[in-house]
Amino acid sequence: MQVRRKWFQVGRPLPPKLSGVFAVLSFALPVSLWCVVSYVPFVWHPQILITQPGSVDYLQPGMRMDKSAFAAAEAEATEQQKALPKGVPTNPIYLPAPHEVIRAFYTAFTTEPQSRDGSWLHESLWHSIQIIFWGFVISSAIGVPLGILCGAYGPFARMSEPFIEFFRYLPAPAFGALAVAILGIYDGPKIAIIVIGTFFQQVLVIANTTRKLDLTLVEAAMTLGTRNSQVLRRVVLPGILPDLYRDQRILLGWAWTYLIVAELIGASSGITWFITQQARYQQFANVYAAIMMIGIIGVGTDMLLARLGRRLFPWDRSLVKSDA
Amino acid sequence: MNRILTTDSPRLSYLDQSAVVRERFEQMKARDVLLEVRHVDKVFRTREKETLALSDISFTTHRREFLSIVGSSGCGKSTLIRILAGLEEQTSGDVLLDGQPVCGPGSDRGMVFQSYTLFPWLTVKKNVMFGLEINKYGPVESERQALQWLQLVGLEKFADSYPHQLSGGMKQRVAIVRALATQPRILLMDEPFGALDAQTRARMQAHLLEIWRKIDITIVFITHDLDEAIFLSDRILVLSAHPGRVQELIEVPVPRPRNTAQCFSPEFIATKARLEELIYSAEPEDESEYPVVPRLAEAADNVE
Repeated sequence: MQVRRKWFQVGRPLPPKLSGVFAVLSFALPVSLWCVVSYVPFVWHPQILITQPGSVDYLQPGMRMDKSAFAAAEAEATEQQKALPKGVPTNPIYLPAPHEVIRAFYTAFTTEPQSRDGSWLHESLWHSIQIIFWGFVISSAIGVPLGILCGAYGPFARMSEPFIEFFRYLPAPAFGALAVAILGIYDGPKIAIIVIGTFFQQVLVIANTTRKLDLTLVEAAMTLGTRNSQVLRRVVLPGILPDLYRDQRILLGWAWTYLIVAELIGASSGITWFITQQARYQQFANVYAAIMMIGIIGVGTDMLLARLGRRLFPWDRSLVKSDA
Repeated sequence: MNRILTTDSPRLSYLDQSAVVRERFEQMKARDVLLEVRHVDKVFRTREKETLALSDISFTTHRREFLSIVGSSGCGKSTLIRILAGLEEQTSGDVLLDGQPVCGPGSDRGMVFQSYTLFPWLTVKKNVMFGLEINKYGPVESERQALQWLQLVGLEKFADSYPHQLSGGMKQRVAIVRALATQPRILLMDEPFGALDAQTRARMQAHLLEIWRKIDITIVFITHDLDEAIFLSDRILVLSAHPGRVQELIEVPVPRPRNTAQCFSPEFIATKARLEELIYSAEPEDESEYPVVPRLAEAADNVE
């Protein structure tokens, strides 16, 4: 027993094989739970899908109703000795089965837009990616330099961090109406919300990362003749680069979480528009497929960036350890 | 064991120098004064109180001298070397290098720290090139010189490795040549071998002496290891603690070239006895504060 459970201790690393097994389980468990709920008829299935209305005139094939209401209709028909309605247990329409969602992954891309001004799914996705991209780029263009300056120089930190600390508690969507008033109803306010949601965290996170730089490295550089003005570029920047890169990866994930709120502002667009449209037509399989696509794109980019990071920073030990 | 040997040769004092040693010291003192520290005080101020860390430190170092600074913990030896490096400012007094007052850090005073301060993002070669490029050497010339320096410490094979791929001793060798590459007047070393294991440490000490012999460099070396101080130094500056004051500047009577066998020579032992006397007599008796451990093992079960 003790021998077998050696890995189940605080701080013990998992053997690589087990580590892979658990990683698969992390996805397999929720998916199998979903399968059980969807495919095992006596688990949950609170509704009845009508197959034959029988003699009950208000029933139609394909209709869903609660089990209790169906039982009442059945009882009434039995009492009047008329044809019984028939149906199968089913889940509510908002919980499609896994195979329906998987099918939707394909059909969502092949289905034409339902309205004339609508757009294909891939167009919606591409639009969302652009919003994220520009929001993140604009935020980083100011946030990264400011964060580094705050981490490196006291005056910058004292002059901006208290305000930023205050501002980051203001929920970004609260600025939606304001953003629309200033920037119109199209992409402007959406990018603005992502910038507001990302920027303030970014400055603080990067300032902290910069502060964690081993100061003896700066001192060593100074004793080698580095002038004060060169320290930032020659020591601080290369010194924090791997950590900065890691921060940016986390912050990019943050930006994604603001996407849906941002796209609801003004004229709804992108993947959010697709999701709301599909929900309106009760195409919930498509809704799930679209939500999952956001996740897949997010995780996919992050994995790519992690791999790129290992290439870019061969000296970074923590990257090797955390991602290997 | 050292104490027993000391009593074996009671007549030899650490002040007695053989003719050869005396001649060496005269030679050394005939060289120019390279570093002059005059009445340096250092006060650390916090909101609550002021702490006097260094008080009236004065000494001079001659060109190509190897000076060690020893003292119990809290004597401010690290503060002193940081002042020499220009990383901290003295509250009063002067530090003169070649007669010029020291102002801020500069490449005329190289420094080796206890924690390996190699830049992790640069290869070994680029680390050595760092100071050269900062000091306006072109990339080709910097690389040529860096490789020569690496050869000096036998690490030319690791030129393209990153610091994390090196052992502690190798890292410190790179740190030494990185500091030497900019051709400083003086090399300041703040417990550079403190984190190394005993064997590596001994080899690094011998190697450092070898470098010092061959290169026109003056070394100020901080350590709390008395054997290390005696083995390496021409003179040893002993500081007392709280505040740090100069207790004595000891001329090490052990003849050069040094070797490990000298650890048992009467000069070595006499010097060490004197250092222990200076450092540990000044300290409050720490041992009385440890309690006597009550016996918990069985009565008959003795290990000694």
